[in-house]
Amino acid sequence: MAAAPLAEGKEENMTEFHDPSNVVNPEHADHHIVTPAVYGMVFAALLVGTAITVGAAYVNLGILNPVVALAIACTKAVIVILFFMHVKYQSKLVKLTVISGFFTFIVLITMTLTDYISRAWGLW
Amino acid sequence: MDNAIAATHPHTHETAVPAEHHHEALPQHRHHFETQEQQREAGTFGMWLFLLTEIMFFGGLFFAYLLYRNWYNEAFVVSSNQLSIPLGAANTAILITSGFFMALAVWAAEVRKKTLLVIFLVLTTVFGVAFLGIKYVEYHEKWEKHHIPGANFDVREFVNPHAYGLKEKPLAPDMAQKTQVFFFLYFAMTGMHALHMIIGVGLLIWLLWRANRGEFSSGYVAPIENFGLYWHFVDIVWLFLFPLLYLINRHPV
Repeated sequence: MAAAPLAEGKEENMTEFHDPSNVVNPEHADHHIVTPAVYGMVFAALLVGTAITVGAAYVNLGILNPVVALAIACTKAVIVILFFMHVKYQSKLVKLTVISGFFTFIVLITMTLTDYISRAWGLW
Repeated sequence: MDNAIAATHPHTHETAVPAEHHHEALPQHRHHFETQEQQREAGTFGMWLFLLTEIMFFGGLFFAYLLYRNWYNEAFVVSSNQLSIPLGAANTAILITSGFFMALAVWAAEVRKKTLLVIFLVLTTVFGVAFLGIKYVEYHEKWEKHHIPGANFDVREFVNPHAYGLKEKPLAPDMAQKTQVFFFLYFAMTGMHALHMIIGVGLLIWLLWRANRGEFSSGYVAPIENFGLYWHFVDIVWLFLFPLLYLINRHPV
């Protein structure tokens, strides 16, 4: 092996455990091809979700109307992300990237809303 | 020692020695990636980083919507009822169908079926264009009714809805003006979404041309898969736009 000068027997063993250049990552081995049957079920679920959203909009649920609408939309989005976008079958790196992105987005929304709500505190 | 350089996998592609300079399996495999799997994961990772910036971009628009919907709720309710639920719901279904065919296109590329891949990409494009067509009909109606914010905006339907056969509560003139805020956000959000669709259709035509030459049916799936991520992301944006813009208050109290 034309290893780097620093690499002696000890370092060669370490590559098995550290794999900093992400070569022998075991997650690479289980590349998953999602089948059309799964896509078909996701497709049906999304259409049903759309029908429920429209139906729920005609029922007066008071404050819960937008909550229900957003809950259904979030469910549909998660289904799309997990199956159509294959995140369920991706490596931990990709999963963590997706989760951290949405987490950051929620943090930004929360902090901005906190600001807007507290500006006129007690004036309403 | 946790030295990344020392622990790095020894290079097997020594470009200085032509005999050792060979491609592993695919001509698309770049030299700076040790394995095809590593290249593929890096591509997916990069695509997701781009999509996260898109989440932040659309997120700003959604936040503006959240605030103004609370501030000018009455104006938002009546202007939301101006939108057509049949057209919006049909467009949602059309977009989901387009996304479904995109997902199938990724599958066809994975199992190396060129004809199926081309068919699915064509269907994805057709449904994408159908969505834009319906969007055009909706925009055109707003143009004719002078419901595009600006100097020619017409508040008559909101100040005196009964004269137009609408069952809405009449708005005071100042609140009626705030319907412009709703329509501004409606055009900004659906317009940015439509722009993403138009870019997507352009990319689809380019991918179709390449797929037809057989570029993605010999094991090289990354462009199809990463475009799929983009297309599904645009779908997700619409999944939120539809209930938030069209379905604010459809239940007569």
